[in-house]
Amino acid sequence: MPALRWIRRNLVVLVGLLTLAYMILPNIVVMVFSFNKPKGRFNYSWQHFSLDAWKDPCGVADMCGSLSLSLQIAFWATVGATALGTMIAFALVRYRFRARGAINSLIFLPMAMPEVVMAASLLTLFLNMGAQLGFWTILIAHIMFCLSFVVTAVKARVMSMDPRLEEAARDLYAGPVQTFLRVTLPIAAPGIAAGALLAFALSFDDFIITNFNAGSTVTFPMFVWGSAQRGTPVQINVIGTAMFVIAVAVVLVGQLIANRRKKSTR
Amino acid sequence: MTVTQEAPPAPVTGPKVRRPATRKRLVPYWLLLPGILWLLVFFALPLVYQASTSVQTGSLEKGFEVTWHFATYWEALQDYYPQFIRSLLYAGTATILCLLLGYPLAYLIAFKAGRWRNLVLVLVIAPFFTSFLIRTLAWKTILADGGTVVEVLNTLHVLDVTSWLGWTESNRVLATPLAVVCGLTYNFLPFMILPLYTSLERIDGRLHEAAGDLYATPATTFRKVTLPLSMPGVVSGTLLTFIPASGDYVNAELLGSTDTKMVGSVIQTQFLRVLDYPTAAALSFILMAVVLLMVTVYIRRSGTEDLV
Repeated sequence: MPALRWIRRNLVVLVGLLTLAYMILPNIVVMVFSFNKPKGRFNYSWQHFSLDAWKDPCGVADMCGSLSLSLQIAFWATVGATALGTMIAFALVRYRFRARGAINSLIFLPMAMPEVVMAASLLTLFLNMGAQLGFWTILIAHIMFCLSFVVTAVKARVMSMDPRLEEAARDLYAGPVQTFLRVTLPIAAPGIAAGALLAFALSFDDFIITNFNAGSTVTFPMFVWGSAQRGTPVQINVIGTAMFVIAVAVVLVGQLIANRRKKSTR
Repeated sequence: MTVTQEAPPAPVTGPKVRRPATRKRLVPYWLLLPGILWLLVFFALPLVYQASTSVQTGSLEKGFEVTWHFATYWEALQDYYPQFIRSLLYAGTATILCLLLGYPLAYLIAFKAGRWRNLVLVLVIAPFFTSFLIRTLAWKTILADGGTVVEVLNTLHVLDVTSWLGWTESNRVLATPLAVVCGLTYNFLPFMILPLYTSLERIDGRLHEAAGDLYATPATTFRKVTLPLSMPGVVSGTLLTFIPASGDYVNAELLGSTDTKMVGSVIQTQFLRVLDYPTAAALSFILMAVVLLMVTVYIRRSGTEDLV
């Protein structure tokens, strides 16, 4: 049977596309249901088309407050984790010193541990210290778990860097600061950017660790979690859709710029 | 996402060797100090505190005291072993499903997508940007009772089989193990696909041609060339999927029922609502120990110890 043979030959492509559909499906549902006019408190079944939620995205009490809080935390966590992580990555790749193995494992362990374990243990520390749970404890926790991811992202980039470029800069009488700013940093930048982006996404989306260490502070994921019990406003889907569209747009524009640059340098 | 993959280390540059001044030798330590201190204080120290909490007894009113009461561990295991086993079972199933679903997609992006490669990659990463809780809630709509998905599965008599296996209950998917595993698989798929893709992408396409020239069928080429070369991706992908999945409770809470509770949920309830800190700490420690043990054994067996 030719049809069967065709399926067999393209099995990889077919299964791959099905997986892709599986991954995109919830996003499409979120998008469609952002135009829903729900009956009752929960936005789980389709009723009527409506633009109400889009006209008034902040119309739900406390939602936009939690959103801006999450954005702030994600921003500072990104700054903190990227700075600390980049320094560690450089030290690990560029220098040989004692305790390198131990430090490598210390970096690896937070990624090899279920989040709930880290969340719970951090809470015991804060409880024992009598710390006030809130913005600062969330920020501390976020910097902690983003750090390892930044280190791995930056390390990968710095490792593939040719150290002779820096030697060349020094041979041309560039000082250490000049070498770092004009040679090292620009080459490492894509790695640092990838690490920062990852940190931002991880921090913005984190629920488990935040839930343990937030006290009565409510971040956006915690707001969504709460709304799953109390009733989900359509505006949540609006924010979800907006985030998706903005992210895709940013990536596509970035691609376009990269492509144009590649063409112009050719 | 390439957590456990490392390129060969770059040669160390000269100046540190040439000018062994003390100040220069201290540079790496200064670079490490703030970050490592952060990890020691907010990652390692909390584990010590948690260990001490787990052997305390007392109550919230009277205060907790370290009494080396190890029986807490035993009691916690006795009370909550179903949730433990369930967590490992769900996480394991989701990991296998992620591998089976993710491999073809990673292969597609690496070798077949051609000029569509970047677009497909964007589509894999983009869902990330809609908060995962919102996306998990969307599954409630998709799997709703009497919805299209359930109807189709019913017509195809799939639900009869899964109900017989105990994955679903009569005519519903929501609030059953199947829904939880479906959510877990969905949530952790990108963590499987990205490492797989990076290791597949590194494979030289000429190896496939060479295998073909040597009369290997596509299946043999895959078994003898592609799969072994993609093992680093398989290992880091399964780790990145299994570890977070085993501690996850969001999917179980949103898509499951009380019969599908996972251990993360118990830890959360004990810590934040019941305020029984010793039991919660003991449970969390057992989970950590089990996961670390399984990860170590797995890494040893897959013969890639140097990855960690």
